[in-house]
Amino acid sequence: MAEQRTPAATDVLVIGAGPAGIAAACTAAEAGLRVDVIDDNPAAGGQIWRGGAPQATAWLDRLARSGASLHPATSVIDVVPREAGPPAVITRAADVSVWQARTIVLATGARERFLPFPGWTLPGVVGAGGLQALVKQGLEVRGRRIVIAGTGPLLLAVAELLVARGATVVAVAEQARLSRLIRFAAALVGHPAKLVQAAGIRRAIGPVLRTGTFPLAVRPEGDAVVVTLASGPSGRERRDDIPCDVVACGFGLVPNVEIARALGCDVHAGGITVDGFGATTVSGVVAAGECTGVGGVDKSLVEGRIAGLVAAGRRDQAGPMVREQRRWRRFAAALDEAFALDRRLAGLATADTVFCRCEDVVAGRLACHRSWREAKLMTRIGMGPCQGRVCGPAAETLFGWSPEDVRPPFSPVPLGDLS
Amino acid sequence: MAERATNAAQAPVRLTVDGVVVEAAAGTSVAAAILNRGGAAAWHVRRSVSGSARGPLCGMGICFECRATVDGLPHVKTCQLPVRPGMEVRTDG
Amino acid sequence: MNQRITIVGAGIVGAACARALVRAGARVTVVEATFPGCGATAAGMGHVVVMDDSPAQLALTTRSRDLWHALAEELPAEAEWRRTGTVWVAADDDELAEATRKHELLAAAGVASRRLDAAALAAAEPNLRPGLAGGLLVPDDGVVYPPPVAAWLLTDAIRGGARVIRTAAVVSVAGDDLAPGCVRLADGRTLPGDAVVIAAGTATPQLVPGVPLRPRKGHLVITDRVPGFATHQLIELGYVKRAHDVGTDSVAFNVQPRATGQLLVGSSRQVDDDTRDIDAAMLERMIERCVGYMPGLARVSALRTWTGLRAATPDGLPLVGPWGAMPGVWLATGHEGLGITTSLGTAELVAHGLCGTPTALDPLPFLPARCGLPEVVSHG
Repeated sequence: MAEQRTPAATDVLVIGAGPAGIAAACTAAEAGLRVDVIDDNPAAGGQIWRGGAPQATAWLDRLARSGASLHPATSVIDVVPREAGPPAVITRAADVSVWQARTIVLATGARERFLPFPGWTLPGVVGAGGLQALVKQGLEVRGRRIVIAGTGPLLLAVAELLVARGATVVAVAEQARLSRLIRFAAALVGHPAKLVQAAGIRRAIGPVLRTGTFPLAVRPEGDAVVVTLASGPSGRERRDDIPCDVVACGFGLVPNVEIARALGCDVHAGGITVDGFGATTVSGVVAAGECTGVGGVDKSLVEGRIAGLVAAGRRDQAGPMVREQRRWRRFAAALDEAFALDRRLAGLATADTVFCRCEDVVAGRLACHRSWREAKLMTRIGMGPCQGRVCGPAAETLFGWSPEDVRPPFSPVPLGDLS
Repeated sequence: MAERATNAAQAPVRLTVDGVVVEAAAGTSVAAAILNRGGAAAWHVRRSVSGSARGPLCGMGICFECRATVDGLPHVKTCQLPVRPGMEVRTDG
Repeated sequence: MNQRITIVGAGIVGAACARALVRAGARVTVVEATFPGCGATAAGMGHVVVMDDSPAQLALTTRSRDLWHALAEELPAEAEWRRTGTVWVAADDDELAEATRKHELLAAAGVASRRLDAAALAAAEPNLRPGLAGGLLVPDDGVVYPPPVAAWLLTDAIRGGARVIRTAAVVSVAGDDLAPGCVRLADGRTLPGDAVVIAAGTATPQLVPGVPLRPRKGHLVITDRVPGFATHQLIELGYVKRAHDVGTDSVAFNVQPRATGQLLVGSSRQVDDDTRDIDAAMLERMIERCVGYMPGLARVSALRTWTGLRAATPDGLPLVGPWGAMPGVWLATGHEGLGITTSLGTAELVAHGLCGTPTALDPLPFLPARCGLPEVVSHG
């Protein structure tokens, strides 16, 4: 059955078809290289370009003309070291393929950070980016009452989308305090386009934005839910019960570094470790976009283009882009600082709040352990299908534990595909 | 709602969710089609390992909470699957 | 009896020994290099099974299984103990004859089992492929999730006065500068004692040069939930033939249903590969063998694969007893694939040997001295 694995060779294998991956693929393919792009979603665009956007359309058309091959609905399930060149990448779509590439471009993006609090596992409590993704996949929200909570510019982008789709955004609860947001807004002065975007969002959302506010709990009530929001100084918080249909809650973004780690790349808390040209610590592997540090679509595009040039051996042409990229990396650092998590968020879960959703392990079982690995072996957190992608960042926030590598298959596959 | 993923020019897709025929615009994900049935109960898509009701969380194929049985195959992630005509979806709700 | 005993290794064997020795009146210190239950204890299937590869193995696993049954009610929920029973699967008439032989052997040892003809096998496990000859049901075997059991046994020992030193590596248990029964830690500390029990699995040769242990790597896969797909732990009767020869690589059909409805799929054996990397070729062979017995497995979703290292001896029996070359040093290791099951019987033997507490088990077959090893081992 091993013969059923399709061997595939290419010059550049781009993992992830969001803005960074698309930019890298276009750049490398236009330089004449054979480029293959894989993504586990049914269409290209990643998260921010899901469902279309003017900027997205232009790039996707360019991708279609570039000669690069797109392989949607394809997951990376394993990597295998080779004697020469970067590791081979095993993927699964309808069948299992073994990709050998001269250069691998990691454009794996980021995912939401979820923090547990009482009621967070109720149906109808969804991620902020999660709700954005669902809406862009066709979820109807007209007339629905929605509370958005958590942290980051994403909350406002989600609010804007919901309002445009006819939902009632009852409140946007940003845990960062107003003073932080004002300092961050000042940083936007260096990025006029973002300032305009922010102003537009503020017009739409301003009245319902609450800063220094975070969710305490969600409970069901009839055919809806009630979310309790808290705001104010520690120990003297004001509480507010808000009835709504959906609670969309996300606490920032976490770079997807699992495949990078499997390839042997160094990673740090903010993402894959790269130099100014996107080179990781593994020869033949470059990275671009949110996976090297959460910094928005502009950083993703410039880093994608740099990665494409590097893959094409045209590093010398990347100079101006590297300068631009530095601006966006500074922006990413400002983002990080502005939206740092209030310490109270690590204490929202009670002893019987579910912590690991895959294995139904409650938070109270965890504090006695001293590392992720110990907690994993003793309680089975991280042993479910998500392999800790959901509860791992929460474990880091609550307990300071570093995650472990995801084991193959990185995404579930039928046993028959492993034989 | 005219946009790239849900192309109003294409005919809507008919599929069954828990025995009930629903219509979804072409390009809609199965997860969205399940939730569009409306009401809080629509969000109850599956049961956790200890039997609690669960629904989609991340919308991007990471959390595994959107899984349903699609055309007889269990544990299928519905947030990364576009609807197809005649699809039979069974949730655990 | 106030012997001071240091146990090296807080896997399930070390933890069980700690508990038994504390109950026997000893003053126990357990030294663990990382944290309890993190080695082979966490990597295996957790099958509590009677095995009859030899009379000594039969005696040790039978007694150990009885001890598991006695402990079952006290175990915490996280231990997930279930009396699933084992079904040994016969693919052909030769193996069916083996099932009959096994049935009689077990009966003589007081272990209940029931022969299954082809129809009964199919009724007991409908997802087995048609055309199998039959099998043997051993209803009182069980399954458990070992790491919390190791932690629980250790907690019980601590309640009885044991001390546990975590994140501390033992670097020496013998030498001119170390009195018998003492151990030296990596941080330079010396722990005094009257005896040392080494329950360090595949790390044992680092402390005991010349000990006849070889690592035997195994692979496992865990699947998504398929409730009702299998009810018993399933093993092919060819397992013993396949697993017996320590010098070769082998795979055998071995599937366990967890309470969640997930399946653990194994098993494989590779000699002298002490890396934890997945060997894709071995994994393929193992899965192919299992799919051959249960074709429906091919469509079941695999969530994760991993490996573990069994500590294997030349004759397949563990090393339990004094290590002649090092006064004051006892071994409790070399359990190969039966470490979970025989942890409790091993602990009983160790407590008997060191503290004189009763055991019905004959310690002789497990004594390290049986291996015909030279009393003094020179090493470079």
